[in-house]
Amino acid sequence: MKEISIQQVEDLAKLARLGLTEQEKTSIAKEMTEILNYAQSLNEVNTENVQPTNQVTGLDNVFRIDQKIDSDIPIESRLGNTPSVEDNFIKVKKVLD
Amino acid sequence: MDKYDIVIGLEIHAQLRTESKMFCTCDNYSVGAGPNKNTCPICLGMPGMLPVPNKKAIEWTYLLGMALGAKVAEKFCFERKNYFYPDLPKAYQITSSTMPPIIGGSVEIDDNDVLKKIRINHVHLEEDAGKLIHPKIGEYSLVDLNRAGTPLLEIVTEPDLRSPREARIFVQDLRSILRYLGISDANMEQGNLRCDANISLKPQGQKELGTKVEVKNMNSFKMIERALEHEVKRQEEILSENKKIVQETRGWDDAKGKTLGQRSKEEANDYRYFPEPDIPSIEPNKDNSIDLKEIKNWLPELPKEKRIRFETEYSLSKQDADNLTSDLDLARYFEQTLAEIPQVAGNDEIKKQKAKKLANWLITELLAKLNGQGISILDCKIKHQNFAVLIEKIDSGKISGKIAKEIFSEMFVSGRGVEEIIKEKGLSLISDEKEIETIIRAVISENTASVQDYKSGKEKAFGYLVGQVMAKTKGQANPQIVNKLLKEFLDKE
Repeated sequence: MKEISIQQVEDLAKLARLGLTEQEKTSIAKEMTEILNYAQSLNEVNTENVQPTNQVTGLDNVFRIDQKIDSDIPIESRLGNTPSVEDNFIKVKKVLD
Repeated sequence: MDKYDIVIGLEIHAQLRTESKMFCTCDNYSVGAGPNKNTCPICLGMPGMLPVPNKKAIEWTYLLGMALGAKVAEKFCFERKNYFYPDLPKAYQITSSTMPPIIGGSVEIDDNDVLKKIRINHVHLEEDAGKLIHPKIGEYSLVDLNRAGTPLLEIVTEPDLRSPREARIFVQDLRSILRYLGISDANMEQGNLRCDANISLKPQGQKELGTKVEVKNMNSFKMIERALEHEVKRQEEILSENKKIVQETRGWDDAKGKTLGQRSKEEANDYRYFPEPDIPSIEPNKDNSIDLKEIKNWLPELPKEKRIRFETEYSLSKQDADNLTSDLDLARYFEQTLAEIPQVAGNDEIKKQKAKKLANWLITELLAKLNGQGISILDCKIKHQNFAVLIEKIDSGKISGKIAKEIFSEMFVSGRGVEEIIKEKGLSLISDEKEIETIIRAVISENTASVQDYKSGKEKAFGYLVGQVMAKTKGQANPQIVNKLLKEFLDKE
């Protein structure tokens, strides 16, 4: 059994830029622990000599030729979902390089 | 302080100059395009989009592999590398480092005639991220996703480099190869060739590697060498004080001339790689999906091969051949100009003579001008044919070296022909003896004192008189004829 700590939830929330209440942190830690433990049942399967699965579609070698076609969606619509735009740049909270 | 061995490995990113992006049909060329102009739901990372790989980018990856003498993997897979950063709209980068398309290979570098094989670990294909701009004022950053989704090759070396200088030479050689293959503009200043280095020191002779530091932000060949030299010094100092090197990422600050510790990308060092479910694996040999034989035919003469050919075919020094072939366009300019010189065809001796002269002119005069003004040989206004005429005129004594330089400068600016400039500026070399005789008579009568000096045995006076004749003709008299005639006249007097 592996427990997800409040600290781990806080780290993830920071990366995902999510603001969580104390109550949410506790409940998420509990839920994530349950999810991970459920997924851990996969470890019971013997995978020796089994090739890693990269694909489940059964397809391979799907390409397209190198040809440019501009998007027919206007830029205003393409950027329509972004909370803030300045001169067609997407505006975000300051990040340092 | 010669107690440590330097160990350097490089990760080099090269943007491919395909027409469209890696996984969508957006224009891959965004120089001068407005922010986010070349974007679409796929490269913007909209939900439900389906990335489809660009076949040319994959073929070019194999082409580079062949040029490096590497192995083409039977199968390679795209995968997702997860991290959060505003320049990455999907919050993952599609890459292929776990099962890469190209394995092994090497580049042989030449450091002052010492040849050394630098092994490549692998080459993988991925997509570039967007660009972030940080305005000086205001508490925000701006994101431009035109670059997001540009095909990017990552070339990872083994830790075979033993000095900052070797590292710089390696990247220069790799750039030449990329350009010869025509798959990348590979310009460090413009960011389509980028280089990160892992560098560590270990006591001489010790087997285990020391703690490595990753150095980023080296945006030119000079910076690679300077940054790594600085880092060697920094690590030497720490080690000689018996302290420990901290494993970290450091950025090169060119203005300060040192590397500085960087804040890691919010400690997100677990990238949670997993196979990209949307893109089936690539198996080039299966059903001949990718024509590897055909790609092999695309391989051009590579930089080293061309250099060796220039040395033998044109009897050029290694240095000259290296200078000419370091830039494919310059090498082409050289050969095309040489072919315009009439006597060259079918006569190897003349070809070698002219090649030497042309090489000198290109390397000392033309390159100095091009570099001085920061322009590429492709934008050089002097046509091959005109350059060939210039070389011919110098060779046949029709113009002096001094006048040739004047004509050359004018050609460089205007791109006009040699004859035209000679006529307009009255620059033709005067070889007409009658004309020169008239001038000599005038000089002799105007400089009786110097004539007397010469007669009383002062050799210097002769040079002075020659100078006077040349001055009167504005340097256009054929100096050999002036010398001959002046001597005759003075001895007659």
